Amino acid sequence: MVTKESILSWLDEVCDPEIPVLSLADLGVLRGVEYLNDEWQITITPTYSGCPAMKTMEDDILLKLKEHGVQAKVHLVLSPAWTTDWLSESGRVKLKEFGIAPPENEVDKSVLFAAPTVVPCPRCNSRETKMVSQFGSTACKAHYQCLICSEPFDYFKCLK
Amino acid sequence: MKNEALYNYVLRLGDDSLILGQRLGEWCGHGPILEEDIAMTNISLDLIGQAMSLLDYVGEIEGQGKDHDALAFLRFENEYRNALLLEQPNGDFANTMMRQFLFDAFRKPLYEKLLESTDQQIAAIAEKSLKETKYHLKHSSEWIIRLGDGTDESHQRAQTALDLLWRYTDELFFETADDVSLVASGIVPSMNEIKTQWSKTVQSVLEEATLVIPTNNWQFEGGRRGIHSEHLGFLLADLQYMQRAYPNMKW
Repeated sequence: MVTKESILSWLDEVCDPEIPVLSLADLGVLRGVEYLNDEWQITITPTYSGCPAMKTMEDDILLKLKEHGVQAKVHLVLSPAWTTDWLSESGRVKLKEFGIAPPENEVDKSVLFAAPTVVPCPRCNSRETKMVSQFGSTACKAHYQCLICSEPFDYFKCLK
Repeated sequence: MKNEALYNYVLRLGDDSLILGQRLGEWCGHGPILEEDIAMTNISLDLIGQAMSLLDYVGEIEGQGKDHDALAFLRFENEYRNALLLEQPNGDFANTMMRQFLFDAFRKPLYEKLLESTDQQIAAIAEKSLKETKYHLKHSSEWIIRLGDGTDESHQRAQTALDLLWRYTDELFFETADDVSLVASGIVPSMNEIKTQWSKTVQSVLEEATLVIPTNNWQFEGGRRGIHSEHLGFLLADLQYMQRAYPNMKW
């Protein structure tokens, strides 16, 4: 019999298409798994409103469950709004190993020209890094560079 | 229609996001530096994402089975309800940033108030969008200060942009007689409140940028009633081309 646990373990293999080391659960995008009206109902939430990966995530979930003979529906919810606080501890470790700096606690965005958040380099751990751009390769990332090893890197920016 | 006032209100929100998102997208591959190219297209993506949620809700209120694509691609010019400010051409970088700043300074307090909306779907969209809008406002404010308080050239360009765009700002706070019922039932805030907040932000940033608010306060309006400047038609030609040439085509 298919249980919620088995669904969750199968979905553990469904990853963010842009960050293939993070499962949707690690990312905090997977919000719920429920059996209702003779069907499994999977609830996900977008990281950013325009995240183009949402459709792929939905298709990947359905495909994965289909492999196990499970019919499901995917629902998209906006509230409560996704926050980087939902990123799991293991997700943070995997991000860093993949070369993306995990979110740090950031200063209030209403302060203009505030010193950018200190983000340690995911490769050499130096704290001497600089923000190149607040907007990076995807909506959820900012662009940084390490001043010690010179490596450019993505920073998974804090969203609260 | 069950709630025409709500339909019109959400349509205005959705069209503002859609049209500005499309305008910013025009910078893709043309930004003054790579980082700004990416920033403007990131912001464009956020706005188009917000437009998707808002226009889906518009379709739901209308109840005729239209989704965001049907509303974005298959309306005529006079059916769009965006403010004139947002359809104005990009111009130079200073002009694009000024348009963005004047809008972000309006959108942030609006979303903050819509968080408390008694309409759950509006509150949910506001909750999601506010987090993004905070980034946008920080980005555009910092650029306005850098440009205004920068070189003679950047100051002059920022001031020219302000002089040009100021006349489109009053329209952002447009309120219909129908909106009064939405305000009364706690669905939307009164625009007076939003305007107070907007003026505060705009004045403090422009002052720091050493830019001067135009004294001639003659204002354009029309977009909220579907009467647009000549620029919207060209924008829509670009936006709608694919669906018009190949109806119902899927990506």
